[in-house]
Amino acid sequence: MAKRVGIEVALAIAEAAALAEVDVVSAYPITPQTHIVEHLAELVADGELNAEFITVESEHTAMSAALGASLAGARAFTSTSSQGLALMNEIVYITSSMRAPVVMALANRALSAPISIWNDHSDVMNERDTGWISIFANNGQEAYDLTFMAFKIAEHPEVLLPVMINFDGFILTHVIEPIHMFDKEEVEGFIPPYNHPHKLDVDNPKTLGPVGLPDIYTEVKKQQEVAIRNSRKYIDQVWDEFADRFGRRYRAVETYYADDAEVVLITQGSVTEAAEVVVDEMRKRGKKWGVVSLRLWRPFPFEDLKKVLCGGSIKCAVVLDRAISFGGPLGIVMSEVRSALYSDPGRPAVVGVTAGLGGRDIKFEDYVKMYEIGEECLRTGKEPEEVVIVGLRE
Amino acid sequence: MIEGLSWRQIPLALVIEDAGNSVLYKTGDWKTHYPVVDYELCINCGVCWSFCPECAFEEVDGRFVVNRDYCKGCGICAQECPKNCITMVEEEAE
Repeated sequence: MAKRVGIEVALAIAEAAALAEVDVVSAYPITPQTHIVEHLAELVADGELNAEFITVESEHTAMSAALGASLAGARAFTSTSSQGLALMNEIVYITSSMRAPVVMALANRALSAPISIWNDHSDVMNERDTGWISIFANNGQEAYDLTFMAFKIAEHPEVLLPVMINFDGFILTHVIEPIHMFDKEEVEGFIPPYNHPHKLDVDNPKTLGPVGLPDIYTEVKKQQEVAIRNSRKYIDQVWDEFADRFGRRYRAVETYYADDAEVVLITQGSVTEAAEVVVDEMRKRGKKWGVVSLRLWRPFPFEDLKKVLCGGSIKCAVVLDRAISFGGPLGIVMSEVRSALYSDPGRPAVVGVTAGLGGRDIKFEDYVKMYEIGEECLRTGKEPEEVVIVGLRE
Repeated sequence: MIEGLSWRQIPLALVIEDAGNSVLYKTGDWKTHYPVVDYELCINCGVCWSFCPECAFEEVDGRFVVNRDYCKGCGICAQECPKNCITMVEEEAE
């Protein structure tokens, strides 16, 4: 049976990859991800995990090797953060386009400059349009479960797309949490053997990743777009099967007191539980506040979000962004949420706030301020034109 | 062939299932000029054959003959020919 153990979240994520019996780990160290691949290297060196651990000279190669391994029929895993992901970018896009079901654990960290090793979501937002399935974990248990399940989603014959699991650097990676860790026997059969229909095979040579002339490129991209859109039902299937078997349920959009809330905060990652603590406290003071957590980032859960936000008690959705789109709408998640609800006549006001950049702590009163910006919007009946950076020194 | 297929019909990620298909690809189809050899003047020295970057000159019945499927029309052969017996002629649209 699963044991509940106190373990550093980074190590638990490594254990999740090991539990999935990865064949190849290809990774380069970068804070705050390093403990994950260090632990995997340890498991391989100790003979506890039968895998090839490829030490590479850069993240660009880490992803290249994972891509090659995946297309050769190996279950491939990598992990990175921030600059590492930025350096990988070229191959991140190619990996999804070549339909290689690599799983990547992404310890979210701010992008330089100035150099910051601390947490925000600028790394993942920079990769928004690379065609990966992108999922947010809000705590260590979720990071463990979602990393384990990611292989089953990615390798599903109807999906064959890479999956990145996002979890906040330091705030989650370096914290010791009580986590239910599975035994091998317990998860037996949950992830079927990996079998790519077009794997590299010297006895049956094929050309993978050929030139796509203007006559065919558009059709290949459409095929890829449809694939990630269709992946949604298999993501739900895997999460439902996990819930049926192990009891913990994951949904594309998660809610906390959203049923009767007037103002909700839309969150991704570890801020979710912090916001829930604020809601608990402020509900005692009569505030009808709630939290809506956007767990599934890609494919974007349009219908789920509408179902939660439109036509009910929610009058204002305050979207908390942990990154900036410079010279654009500022809030990346905000503009996506607003755009998703645009055509729905029952939509709430959508307000953007940005906070927690480069590891800036978001305090209790900062969350209160975010909800108050939402209440102000309801009083004036106007959605503010500009996203407010909460905690900024003017 | 994949030309003209809808996105529903093309293989996953444009995988090419059959190996050895590069022979089907004629790389010379975008040239604007092709070489014409005056065999009255040609001394069969083979300079065109050895200089051609595409190996488009082939030895046929003791003469060097250009294979227009692979000639890209660069004109190096005409430039290097010691007898100046190669003329680059404009390609006509098919």
